[in-house]
Amino acid sequence: MIDQLFVLAIACVVAIACALPGVFLVLRQVALMSDAISHAILLGIVIVFFIVKDLHSPFLIVGAALTGILTVVLTELVIQSGRLKKDAAIGLIFPFFFSIGVILITQFAGSVHLDSDAVLLGEIAFAPFNRFLIMGLDLGPISLWVMGAVLVLNVTFITLFYKELKLSTFDSALAASMGFSPVVLHYALMSLVSITAVGAFDAVGSILVVALMITPPATAYLLTRQLKRMLLLSALIGILSAVMGFFFAVAIDASIAGAMATVTGVFFLLAFCFSPDQGVLQKYLRLKAQRVSFSATMLLVQLLDHEGTDTEREENTVSNMIDHMGWTEPFVKQVVRHGLHQKAIIRKGDGLFLTDLGRELARSAMTHT
Amino acid sequence: MTPIESDSQDIAVSVKDLTMAYREKPVLWDIDMEVPRGVLMAIVGPNGAGKTTLIKAILGLLKPAAGKVEIFGKPFESQRYYVGYVPQCGSVDWDFPTNALDVVTMGRYGHLGWFKRPSKMDRDLALDALDRVGMADFADRQISQLSGGQQQRVFLARALVQDAMIYFMDEPFVGVDAVTEKTIVGILKTLRDQGKTVIVVHHDLQTLSEYFDWAFLMNVRQIALGPVSEVITQENLKAAYGGRSAIF
Amino acid sequence: MLSFDYTLIVVLFGTLILGLVSGCLGAFALLRRQSLLGDAISHAALPGICIVFMLTYSKHPLLLLLGAAVAGWIGTITVMAVVRHTSVKEDAALGIILSVFFGMGLVFLTIIQRMPTAQQSGLSTYLFGSASTLLLNDVITMAVLGAITLGILLLFWKEFKLLTFDRDYAQSLGFPISRLDILITTLIVFSIVIGLQSVGVVLMSAMIIAPAASARQWTDKLSVMVCLSGVFGAVSGVIGALLSGAISKLPTGPTIVVVISIIVIVSLLFAPLRGIVWGAMRQRRYRDNIRFQTMLTNLMLFSESDTDPFYPHDIAALTAIGRGPARKAMADLKEKGLVVNPEADMWALTAAGLKEARCILADKIGGASHD
Repeated sequence: MIDQLFVLAIACVVAIACALPGVFLVLRQVALMSDAISHAILLGIVIVFFIVKDLHSPFLIVGAALTGILTVVLTELVIQSGRLKKDAAIGLIFPFFFSIGVILITQFAGSVHLDSDAVLLGEIAFAPFNRFLIMGLDLGPISLWVMGAVLVLNVTFITLFYKELKLSTFDSALAASMGFSPVVLHYALMSLVSITAVGAFDAVGSILVVALMITPPATAYLLTRQLKRMLLLSALIGILSAVMGFFFAVAIDASIAGAMATVTGVFFLLAFCFSPDQGVLQKYLRLKAQRVSFSATMLLVQLLDHEGTDTEREENTVSNMIDHMGWTEPFVKQVVRHGLHQKAIIRKGDGLFLTDLGRELARSAMTHT
Repeated sequence: MTPIESDSQDIAVSVKDLTMAYREKPVLWDIDMEVPRGVLMAIVGPNGAGKTTLIKAILGLLKPAAGKVEIFGKPFESQRYYVGYVPQCGSVDWDFPTNALDVVTMGRYGHLGWFKRPSKMDRDLALDALDRVGMADFADRQISQLSGGQQQRVFLARALVQDAMIYFMDEPFVGVDAVTEKTIVGILKTLRDQGKTVIVVHHDLQTLSEYFDWAFLMNVRQIALGPVSEVITQENLKAAYGGRSAIF
Repeated sequence: MLSFDYTLIVVLFGTLILGLVSGCLGAFALLRRQSLLGDAISHAALPGICIVFMLTYSKHPLLLLLGAAVAGWIGTITVMAVVRHTSVKEDAALGIILSVFFGMGLVFLTIIQRMPTAQQSGLSTYLFGSASTLLLNDVITMAVLGAITLGILLLFWKEFKLLTFDRDYAQSLGFPISRLDILITTLIVFSIVIGLQSVGVVLMSAMIIAPAASARQWTDKLSVMVCLSGVFGAVSGVIGALLSGAISKLPTGPTIVVVISIIVIVSLLFAPLRGIVWGAMRQRRYRDNIRFQTMLTNLMLFSESDTDPFYPHDIAALTAIGRGPARKAMADLKEKGLVVNPEADMWALTAAGLKEARCILADKIGGASHD
C-alpha cells in the first residue's frame, strides 16, 4: 500500500516536472525536440554507466544532459548547412544515438538492470524499491528524490526567467534587441528538457516523457491563452493523468506508464472536442452561425442594390437568390429565416423586401468593409 | 482548341456576386467583373485588398461564400483547359530535385490527363516555351540555381505550354530583374495580340498604363473596371487606397 | 558463424523489401515535409497490431499489418485534423499522437502478455524489431504489399510529383489534390508497416527519413533520388540483417538504423553535389583567393608611391593592412612565383606578380563601374 502511494507520488512529481518545460516547447513549436532528446539521452546514460558502473550516479544525469545538448546542436548544424529541412534534421539524429545506445546495452551491459525495454517503457512500479539510503537510514525511493530535485530546478528556472522566456517565446526578435539572447535561452530550455527526461525516464520510460511533456500543455493551450494559467493547467492535467492512469492501470493490470499516456490523450481529445473557445464542436456551431449571419448581410446588400430598380420584381426573390448567389435552396431558406428573425426583411410570396432596419444594416455593412 | 460559341465570344471571364469571408470578415465583397476577350488587364489595389484571393477564387482554389464564375459563358469546371495559371514564385519549394525543363513540362500534365507520361512532343513544346522566355540555355539547370527572375520566367513558360486562352498571373514582377520584367511584359503583349486574355495581379501603379490596357481596381469591394485611363482617376484611387495613396 | 541457409535468405529478402519500399516512399515523405509523420505513424501502429491480435488470436502477418496500417492511418488523420481545426501546431500534434498511441499500445501489450495463450510471445518484437523472426509467410506478405505500394507510386508518378512540387498549380489543372494527398499518405503508411516487424515501431521512422535524406544529397533529379533512396534503404536493411544474424544479441532494428545513419553522414559530408566538405573547401578556396588578391594589390599600391614596383615591404606592415595572417598567404604566393622575399620578413612582387596585381585592380575597377 505504502509502495503504491510512493508510485503515485513519483508519478505526480514527474508529471509536473515534465509539464512545465513542456509548455514552452509547445509554444515555441519545438515539441518534437522532447522526442529527440528523450531518445538520444540513452546514449549518454549508457556511456557514463560503463564508466562509473553505477545506475544511480549523478554523473548519469550530466552525461545524459550533454547528449541531449549535443543532439540539439547537431540538429541545428544540419539545418543551418541548408542540406535538409528542419523536420528531417530532427528525425535523423536521435534514432542514430538511440540505436547506438541500445546496441551498447545488448552487447555489453550483460546482466545489469539496464535493458532496452525498460529504457523505452519504464517501470514505475519498481521505482519504490530503489531506496535512498544514507548511513543505513531509509529516506524513501531514490526516484522521488531525483524527480523532486528536477522539479525544484524547473520551477526555479521558470520563475527566475519567466519574463525572458515569455518574451523570447512570443517575440524573439524583440527579446534579442533587448539583450536576452534567444540562443542562450533556447539551449537553457533544452538542457532543462534533457535533465527532466533523464530524471523521468528511469521511472516512466522515454515515450511517456514525451506524452507528459507535450500532451498536457497542448491540452491547456486549447483551454487558455494566458501563459500563467497554461502552466498551472498543464501541471494540473499532468497530475490528473498520472493519478487516473495509475488507478486505471491497476484496475486492468496493465502498464502504468502506458495508461498514463493514454489518459493524457483522453484529456486532449476532450479539449479538442469541447473546449469552449477552441473546441471543434463550438467552432463548427460558430462557423455555421457566422456563415448564415454573414450571408444574411449579403442578402440585405443585394436587396438594397436592386431596390427601386425596374428589375426589382425579378431580382429580389427567393428563387433568384438560389440562382444568383450559387446557394442551395435549404441554405437560402435558412438565410431568409435569419433575415426575417432579425426583422430586416419581409417576405411576400416569392418576393423579398427590406425593412427600414434592413436598409440601415445593409448600408452600414457596405461602409464598414 | 475548339471554337467557342459566338454569343459568349466577347466575355472571357465573368464573375458574379463573388463574396469570400474569413470568419465574419469579408475578404471579397460582392465582386462583379466581366473581362472582355483579348485584353491585358491588371488587378490592382492596396495590400490586403484581396487581389490574390480573387484569382484563387476564380480558379477554384478557394471556395467562395457566394457567387459564380464563368469562363466563356460556361461554369469554370468545364472550361478549365482554357485557363493557364502562374502562381506566386514564393509558393513552391525551389530546392525540389528537378530542372527547369521538367517544371515547364508540368504545364502539359493537364492535357495529358491521368497516368499518361509526357512524350517527346510535350518536351519539345516545353523547350519552345523556354526559348520564348529566353531560358532555352537553362533547360537542364537545377531550379534552385536559378535567380528570382529566371524562376519567374520558368513559371511563365510552364503556363505558356498549357496553350490556354486566358492566363492568370499572381505578382509576376515581384523580385525579378529589369530584363526579366521587360521580357515578361513583351510576352504578355504578344499573348494579348494573339487574342488571348491576360489577367495579372499587380501592385505598381507607376507602370500600370505602360504595361496594361485594362485595369480592375479593388479593395475588398470592386471600385472600377475598364481601360486603364478611365479606371485610374483621383477619385477611384482615393476610394481604393484611402488617404494612403502617395502616387498623385 | 554465417551460412547462407534458407532462413537467412528469407530474412535478407524481407529486409531488402522493407528498405526498398520505405526508401522510395520516404523520398516523397521528405519532399512533402512529412518526415516526422513517419515517427507518429510507426508508433501509432502498435495499438493496431495489439487490437488485431486480441480480436483474432492470430499472428497472421497480413492481419497484423492491416491492423497496423489502419491504426497508423487513424493517427495520421488525427494529426491532420488537430492541425486543421485547432491552433495546436503540427509538431505538438505529432508528439501527442506518437506518445498517446504508443501508450495505448503498451497497455494492450501488457494485457496480452497476461493472456493465457502461448501465442502472444512474439508481439513485443515489434518494439525494436527482429528480422530473425521473419518467416516465409511474412516475407511474401511484405513483398505483395510492397509491390502494390510501389506499383501505385509508379502509376501516379506524374501526379505525385506535381502535387509535391506545386499544390496550387496541380489544383488549377484540375487534379483532385486532397484525394491524391490521402493516396500518397496511405502509401507512406504501408511502407512503414511493412518494416515494423524487422525494424520495430520505435526506429522505423529513421527508415523513412534517412535513405531519402542521403539520396537527396547525390542528385537533383526526382526519379534518381527515389531510386537511390530505395537502394540505400535496401542496402542498409540487408547489411543490418547480416550483422545482427552474425553477432549474437545484436538487435536488428538498431543495427539497420546505424548502417543507414552512416550512409547519411557520408552523404551529407561527401556527396559530390551538396557535400558539406566540398562546400567548405569551395568557401575556403574563395576566401584564400580574395586574400591573395588583396596581398598582391597591397604590395603594388605600397610600391607605386615609391615608384619602384618591386620594392620589398615588411611583413608587419602587410599584416596590419591586409587583415588576417599574411605570412601563410605570402608563402603560398611565393610558391606560385608571384612574390619573393629577398631577406627575412621582407616581401616584394615579381614581374608576374605585378602583372597579376594590375589585372586584379583593372577587374575591380571595371566591376565597380558596372554597378
